Amino acid sequence: MDRLDRFFGVHGTALTLRSERMGLLASNIANAATPHYKARDLDFARLIGGASSGTPLTTTSSRHFSAAAEAGSESRLRYRAPVQASLDGNTVELATEQLAFAETALRYRSTLSALNGRISSLTSALKGE
Amino acid sequence: MAQGMSLFDIAGRAMSAQLVRLNTSASNLANAGSVASSEAAAYRPLKPVFQTMFEGASGKATVGIAGVVTTNAAPQRRYEPGHPLADGDGYIHLSAVDPNAELVEMVETARQYRNNIEVLETAKSLTLETLRLGR
Repeated sequence: MDRLDRFFGVHGTALTLRSERMGLLASNIANAATPHYKARDLDFARLIGGASSGTPLTTTSSRHFSAAAEAGSESRLRYRAPVQASLDGNTVELATEQLAFAETALRYRSTLSALNGRISSLTSALKGE
Repeated sequence: MAQGMSLFDIAGRAMSAQLVRLNTSASNLANAGSVASSEAAAYRPLKPVFQTMFEGASGKATVGIAGVVTTNAAPQRRYEPGHPLADGDGYIHLSAVDPNAELVEMVETARQYRNNIEVLETAKSLTLETLRLGR
């Protein structure tokens, strides 16, 4: 299992993170007209950096906070700084969100094709072709 | 895609919220020229109240309708003694709808509805591509 994870590299994590980011961007687009909604986004570079460096924090006491709990909370989210906030306190700027959504969709596709390449080389190795 | 609220849930609920907004705009515009015989009976514009619905701590959120409220915009009064609906002093009460504002609202609603459709289409095609992974 561990070897298989290593074979797929960072792409598995990247796919999950990208899908999560798309959920957040879709939330922003859905709340484009809700007063006082603050747009949020994933700090993608930091998360993927954490996933690829891959040194898990060990806890020596049962009272230590685990690193996984920190990563799972809202601390991975960042509020978007708006170019110009609207008067009703909403910070969603549709152009920014649509751009980020399109970019994430494209990157999701590229991660999919990278995974597809790995899978097809694995199958050809298994078949011995 | 991920567990919990999917892209389809988020965009779908946002679309129904925008549809409620479009309905209120339509009903306001339809009543833009309506006339009443008293100030209390005059038409006042309806507005939906949007509310963010968060899904736990995941950061995902969709939008819901907290309610449709009647605004307290004051209806205009016009002196027309010959009008069949004129009150005792000869005034009729016009609806308090601002047609220009309603038209702008309608265009904005249509655009945001369309944005959510785009999200749905992208989510659908990406899900299908993920299902075909490794074939």
